[in-house]
Amino acid sequence: MFLYLPIAEISVNILVIIGMGAAVGFLSGLFGVGGGFLITPLLIFYNIPPAVAVATGANQVIASSFSGALVHYKRGTVDIKLGTMLLIGGTLGSIAGVALFSLLRSIGQLDLTVSILYVLFLGGIGGLMLTESVKSMIKRRKGGGDGDLRRPGQHNWVHGLPLKMRFPRSRLYVSIIPVIGLGFLIGVLAAIMGVGGGFVMVPAMIYLLRVPTNVVIGTSLYQIVFTAAVTTVLQAATNGTIDVVLAFLLMIGGVFGAQFGAEAGRKLRGDQLRALLALLVLAVGIRLGVELVMPPSEIFSLSAPSGARQ
Amino acid sequence: MTERRAKRFGRFARRTPACHWLAASIVAGLAVAVASAPVNAQLNTQEEPVESFEIGLSTNRIGITADFNGAQLVVFGALDNADARIQRQQRYDIVVALFGPRAPVVVREKQPVLGIWVNQDSETFDAAPTTYSVASTRPFQDIASKAVRERLSLGIDSVRLSIADGAESEAGQTNRSEFEAALRRIRTNKGLYSEATGEVRFLGPSLFRADLRLPADLPVGVHTARAYLFRQGVLIRQSSQQLTVVKVGFEAWIDRFSEEHGASYGVLAVLLAVFTGWFGRVIFRRD
Repeated sequence: MFLYLPIAEISVNILVIIGMGAAVGFLSGLFGVGGGFLITPLLIFYNIPPAVAVATGANQVIASSFSGALVHYKRGTVDIKLGTMLLIGGTLGSIAGVALFSLLRSIGQLDLTVSILYVLFLGGIGGLMLTESVKSMIKRRKGGGDGDLRRPGQHNWVHGLPLKMRFPRSRLYVSIIPVIGLGFLIGVLAAIMGVGGGFVMVPAMIYLLRVPTNVVIGTSLYQIVFTAAVTTVLQAATNGTIDVVLAFLLMIGGVFGAQFGAEAGRKLRGDQLRALLALLVLAVGIRLGVELVMPPSEIFSLSAPSGARQ
Repeated sequence: MTERRAKRFGRFARRTPACHWLAASIVAGLAVAVASAPVNAQLNTQEEPVESFEIGLSTNRIGITADFNGAQLVVFGALDNADARIQRQQRYDIVVALFGPRAPVVVREKQPVLGIWVNQDSETFDAAPTTYSVASTRPFQDIASKAVRERLSLGIDSVRLSIADGAESEAGQTNRSEFEAALRRIRTNKGLYSEATGEVRFLGPSLFRADLRLPADLPVGVHTARAYLFRQGVLIRQSSQQLTVVKVGFEAWIDRFSEEHGASYGVLAVLLAVFTGWFGRVIFRRD
């Protein structure tokens, strides 16, 4: 079952790609993340050119996030106002990110930047989550705690900033500067790394903005759908690196996988889930990190002057 | 546009069976020509033999479809009015080469910086053929001198990579040759450059054929087949034919759409994703 991908320009096994989508969809259903941070490295391991993997990852993320956002919207756990503010930042971030992507590609440092960003973010967030969830598990064993992430918040430096705005659904009164800034960062990441940014967004909203946990996931998904959509259109228009055939195969797998993941997720406790996700995130980060320091088998590489791989 | 074109140099697809028909009909046609050849040869025996040298391709157009996985191109040729004595001594040599479209290529070298392998130096070759396959009657060094081989691009080690040689060198001449070697090595390992000595065979006194292997990621564009005839180490005739490689079918349509209407393509990709996400929710509705 081999198929030639028109943009990635490589012949792939359809079943492998659908399986990849299903595996990541399972995990994203299990952990409630978009899965972009897994799909892009997986595609790169499967020899899809990184530029195509990144851009197509953003496209794939729309499907899974939209699916999730619909559910949250019906439950009323989406803060549209907060999401829209994040989105304004996200759109600006995407524009900057796509421009940066083209620049890095032309000077031949795109692959390196993508790998380093992945190693830093996956390593950092995976490490933090693992520590947090293990602590929570130990605490639980001692008798206290319920495995919930949310802690009652004291005010931090974020709440001292000007240009405050009220977000009734999140019961927040906060400056829009960190909100737009966070959105911007996510937009840049979406463009350069091909991720929706849920794995950065969720902890940042909880710890930095102190958004109640029940609206965090829905709002982040709502925001990601649009940021990823903007990234997809910009990537298609600027770099022409979206492979719609590849994205569609991944989506099909992802949609199926997510259902079984959500099912499995109901059988695990919150802290166990977070520890598992942390291990997974760390494993991907370490795998990419090892590749950066291992001597490559061929130290020369070819590319077109535009930076496209050959 | 040209940059995007340049990006598209890796291609997979398959030659249609129709090519075999074409090949067969060319063989038949040439066979007829061969049968009448000796008559002409006898008329010219008194004078210095004037060899005529022509080639034909088994196909002039290759369509790349979803399951293309490389192809074999047969180049047929006729060498008429050959000097029988030289031919008996096998002192006629033929080289047949197929050059893919030429395009600039950047070769980058990774070096460790603080323990991380980072792209450092680079060299640009302004006109490297994207693919190159060559067949010959004998090893290239036995056919012609190094200078001739380099002038005519005979063999992977001699194929010309840039028009303004060395003009764009950033790291000096010695380093450039290292990058050049890397370019040849990488393309050879990928099957983009290939050579086959002894693959040009005489089927009869004047008819010969060469089998060229075309890689799975054959680039689209105009390829040029060139054939050279050497008599006792001297180039006496050459002939060339063009081969057009085009994408056909669904892949071609998507590729063209993405290239010509990038923004609309992106919007459609988003709509497809939204629809798939929504549809998945509808199928598996639980709440």
